[in-house]
Amino acid sequence: MIALALDVGSWILLVAGSFICVTGGVGMLRFPDFFTRIHAAGVTDTLGAGLIFTGLMLQAGLSLVLAKLVMILLFMLFTSPTASHAVAKAALHSGLEPQLDDVDDRSGVDS
Amino acid sequence: MFLTATAAILVVMLMALIRAFLGPTLYDRILAVNMFGTNTVLLIAVVGFLMGRPEFLDIAMVYALVNFISVIAILRYFEYSPPDETVEHK
Amino acid sequence: MRHTISLSLLLAIFWLLNSGHYTWLILSLGLLSIAIVVWVTHVMDVVDHESLPWHLTARIPGYNLWLLKEVMVASLDVAIRIWTGAISPIVVDVKASQKTDMGKVIYANSITLTPGTVSINIQDDIITVHALTRVGARNLAEGEMDRRVSRLAG
Repeated sequence: MIALALDVGSWILLVAGSFICVTGGVGMLRFPDFFTRIHAAGVTDTLGAGLIFTGLMLQAGLSLVLAKLVMILLFMLFTSPTASHAVAKAALHSGLEPQLDDVDDRSGVDS
Repeated sequence: MFLTATAAILVVMLMALIRAFLGPTLYDRILAVNMFGTNTVLLIAVVGFLMGRPEFLDIAMVYALVNFISVIAILRYFEYSPPDETVEHK
Repeated sequence: MRHTISLSLLLAIFWLLNSGHYTWLILSLGLLSIAIVVWVTHVMDVVDHESLPWHLTARIPGYNLWLLKEVMVASLDVAIRIWTGAISPIVVDVKASQKTDMGKVIYANSITLTPGTVSINIQDDIITVHALTRVGARNLAEGEMDRRVSRLAG
């Protein structure tokens, strides 16, 4: 009974994670400029990877495999923002301008 | 179910590769390669479960490390090269 | 000294979880590796309250749960926007009210971890943020994350 529930749960998580990953890939191709594409990559890096790894954790049961899955997931969650920020900062400093919706005075959150 | 996830991840890797080839800037390519690496980690983990060999997770962990270090290393390399080499104006 | 002991303990746990082979040969090799790593970090002088932030341990789980919720909501929002294509990119400056470097790093990393907002530059206590939508930028400017990080790491 519990085994069946775990199977169904990991099924749902894996399919949802796969869908989110594909969504990130579609965003990577669809979005208009570099800075918006970072957001698409972020979806795959955080929610997609998180869902897939949680789905695998339900399959692993209480074992060393579970510990390894947790470690890899934590490592990815720690490094992905650092890598994104490094790429974005390097792009900004090399003179790549974000393509914005319209003219904006960099304080106009309420505009 | 692992097969579904494997297929989806392979599709995403293909999309990341397309973006890496299209560019247009260097940073798009680096971002695409980073995403490709993330999906490699996911793929190895899922394939490990698909084949019933969770030892693959060790390799996945090494890939996660290599992916992060390589992105940082590539950026260190390009950050100190002249700007007109790094941004290809369309 | 405190940091050295806690680092050795962490490394030992890491080794035991990753190895899975509990024979004398492998365990002694693990002990040797831990000794070398601890010695190298001691020579490099990199182990301090920033690389091993034990003083945050008690408050981190609550913040992480809140961040997890935020990340999930933001991811779903961005996922929907990828399929509909309704985006309005904007660049805003956000003030980081944390006093320590640690706090600022946690804040900037939290901003980037949440899909829809990426911190692209930090100048003193001003974080430049690229947001996918105006709504996301406005939510960030309301400063709930800033207050929570300030409570976490000053």
